[in-house]
Amino acid sequence: MAKVTRKPKPGLLFEQVDWDFDRLRRTYDAIEEVARKDLEIDVYPNQIEIISSEQMLDAYSSIGMPLMYRHWSFGKHFLSHERLYRKGARGLAYEIVINSDPCISYCLEENTMPLQALVMAHAAFGHNHFFKSNHLFQQWTDAEGILDYLEYARRYIAGCEELHGPGRVEAVLDAAHALMPYGVFRHRRPRRLSLQEAEEQRRERIAAAEQNVYYLWNTIPDIPGSKEEIDAALQERKREMQLPEENLLYFLEHYSPILESWQREILRIVRNVSQYFYPQKQTKVMNEGCACFVHYYILNKLYAEGRVSDGAMLEILHNHTNVLTQPDFDDPRFSGINPYALGFAMMQDIRRICEEPSEEDREWFPDIAGKGDWRSVLKYAWANYRDESFLQQFLSPAVMRRFRMFALTDETGDSHLTVTGIHDTSGYRHLRDVLARNHDISNTDPDIQIVDADLLGDRCLHMRVIKRDRVPLDAASRDATLKYVERLWGYKVKLEEVEATL
Amino acid sequence: MAHFVDRRLNPKDKSLSNRRRFLKRVRAQIREAVDEAVRERGIADVGRGKSVSVPTGGVAEPTFRQAQEGGRRERVFPGNKTFQTGDRIAKPRGGAGGGGRQGAQSGEGEDDFLFALSREEFLDFFFEDLELPDLVKQSLKEITRTHPRRSGYSITGSPANINVARTMRNAFGRRIGLRRPKDKEAQELVNRIVQLERVSSPTEEQKKELAALRVKCDEVTRRRKVIAYIDPLDVRYNYFQQQPEPNANAVMFCLMDVSASMGEREKDLAKRFFMLLHLFLERRYEKTDIVFIRHTHDADEVDEETFFYSPQTGGTVVSTALVKMKEIISERYSPSEWNIYAAQASDGENFSGDSAKCAGLLSQELMRICQYFAYVEIVDEDEAQLINSEASGMELWESYRQVVDIWPNFARKRVARVSDIYPVFRELFSRSRAGEPHG
Repeated sequence: MAKVTRKPKPGLLFEQVDWDFDRLRRTYDAIEEVARKDLEIDVYPNQIEIISSEQMLDAYSSIGMPLMYRHWSFGKHFLSHERLYRKGARGLAYEIVINSDPCISYCLEENTMPLQALVMAHAAFGHNHFFKSNHLFQQWTDAEGILDYLEYARRYIAGCEELHGPGRVEAVLDAAHALMPYGVFRHRRPRRLSLQEAEEQRRERIAAAEQNVYYLWNTIPDIPGSKEEIDAALQERKREMQLPEENLLYFLEHYSPILESWQREILRIVRNVSQYFYPQKQTKVMNEGCACFVHYYILNKLYAEGRVSDGAMLEILHNHTNVLTQPDFDDPRFSGINPYALGFAMMQDIRRICEEPSEEDREWFPDIAGKGDWRSVLKYAWANYRDESFLQQFLSPAVMRRFRMFALTDETGDSHLTVTGIHDTSGYRHLRDVLARNHDISNTDPDIQIVDADLLGDRCLHMRVIKRDRVPLDAASRDATLKYVERLWGYKVKLEEVEATL
Repeated sequence: MAHFVDRRLNPKDKSLSNRRRFLKRVRAQIREAVDEAVRERGIADVGRGKSVSVPTGGVAEPTFRQAQEGGRRERVFPGNKTFQTGDRIAKPRGGAGGGGRQGAQSGEGEDDFLFALSREEFLDFFFEDLELPDLVKQSLKEITRTHPRRSGYSITGSPANINVARTMRNAFGRRIGLRRPKDKEAQELVNRIVQLERVSSPTEEQKKELAALRVKCDEVTRRRKVIAYIDPLDVRYNYFQQQPEPNANAVMFCLMDVSASMGEREKDLAKRFFMLLHLFLERRYEKTDIVFIRHTHDADEVDEETFFYSPQTGGTVVSTALVKMKEIISERYSPSEWNIYAAQASDGENFSGDSAKCAGLLSQELMRICQYFAYVEIVDEDEAQLINSEASGMELWESYRQVVDIWPNFARKRVARVSDIYPVFRELFSRSRAGEPHG
């Protein structure tokens, strides 16, 4: 082979596979140019951090956060990730991105230059834009406050360990973690607070929390007042508790008769972290789809402009395709619908519908078919939907056909599964409904509420699970989790499972 | 505008403390696994990292989630090939409802959680099992001794390490290269100027020469000033690198009685003792060999597997092992090149009259060439209660008393349970040898 002189061609952002900060900066600027001027996307300022593989392991064993309080479960996840990684069973993520202002993206030092370009376009613009513009994130998370808050949480919990011993803190954290998915407000969002306000309120809360458990002393017999009065007070108390309550951690934090104030604060911290991740759980398809769409668009654009070489583009496409593989249901690698693949396919499809719609599209999407301006359609979708509603609104027959989707029902007692719909004219709407429901976490997570607290009797806490489609809770984990609830409530806890009444 | 940060040099083990917490949490299970590992692994492997399987019992993170079975569920799958609406498909056997893996996404489906202990973590637990006080853990985990060794020159260093010859050579080269006027040259110029100045009535020619010389002298002086005689650039320091001390070799003889009385427990105790000894030697010597000699009425050199697990039994003649050891030493391990250690484990029973022979062999021949010889007598736990004085013991124990008296590098000890091993080991290897370097 003739030796080719390695002189960077004019316009090429990078030639070699090795990266350095100079090339990163140059490439970032080019990506930003396309992102802002062409796609017109709006992002938080970016902070891109290069980290080693060990640091990457650290980062994603603490649920991807740069700072976290200490707990053994993070150590467990570190070890299990590390084991898989060392065995080669699982690669490391190329990037982790944090919904914060500035938006922090972690890039692995082992990435090649083309991969770094991909990662920057994906994380620093795709995810970043989604975090900034999607209404769920806007409404439910505080990008500018989260790092401060975590720093506060870490210090607070470390302080508790010093004061009360690691064992007691661990006991509270274990229990709180078990209830973490049930520590979110699904329908209302408390007013945002600055850190100082939060600190002031914390003090008030401590006082209030102590008043809340005051009723325990009220049961001392020499209290004046008739039985009716006590009953009335009790009813009042229950009304104040606003039962039923679905935010279990919130309820326990406020009304548990046995917790000390520092324990309540720990519950609050865990609850806040959980709440912070709630929008991410609801937007996996959209978030990854947005990031993939953005990186794909930007890098193709740069390639078309001659700023990315053929070789680099091949490597980028190779990685792009890897991420977007959707194994069939009968493939051993199959583990559900790949949110990257689905999100990306739908967003590409939206663009197609806007630009060159078919008859079918005109019928299904009269608002956007042939509209041409796909940028604003996508931006509107990114901003205003979550997975469930996005699928319901935008999943097209074309995508269903491409994935060759079909729906199955599984009924206990029936020895067979039934195909309830496939990708044909009669099945599209059904498939879309089912897939949307599969992506609605308020539908896939068990529906659990606290319905009553028997304050003057045995102080038993009554919880209720409303079973959907008669699907019960997993018995072993239910019992183990109930023990944790009992630990936090201090008295007996009863959980009844009832059928949904529809 | 993006802000790039290089975090690679930031501290890594951010989750170290989380890992420690986790280990603490699964302590009991890890100890069991370490125990198992000790039983299963070779002596030389004890220090290596080991995957330890920890059942999820103590580390499960339960939460409320839907059961895998029961009720009705409906899901969408990709990759339809032949299905039509209304088709009925037999449920896959053992299939968790719907064929999907809905519940396993959180990773709680795993039965076993397996992870590797690092060498250090493993040793922590290994030593803990042996009830090792912190004090001595350090000596066992000591870093190999290093010695500074000359390795070339460096441009930085302390004044004490300046290499004058190299510095001067550099300076000389630089002076030639930059044409620094020599001392002699400068001196001659000055002499000539002085000479000319002395002339009371110089001719025109002389005046000219003087002027020229003055100019030249200024130039020479300037150059000599600008081009230093020794420039900081010339200075070279001797560079020392910390290199591990070349350690001598050590060979460890493991002698064990495998007669019928040496059961599972006895062999396990012996094995732990040998492991500890090996770890100890490995820390101190570059190369450590292990020789396994087992004996009944006859002695063989065997591999580790056979040593600990072979069911062979027979009568007991301890001296055969010592004779074998002597043979092997003269064949392969010249005492001038090898540090020889030996540990003998036995329940103390011997063919009558042979014990005296053993003592004789040791006193007259082996102790001369051994660095250290440790005799560990493994006794029953209840027996240990009865005979806790040094004086009374089995026949071998008695006979070895003479050896103890003559040779300070001979030691004997009784062991009844795992937790005895370390204290015994420690006593064997630190008693009366404290000030003396091993090897």
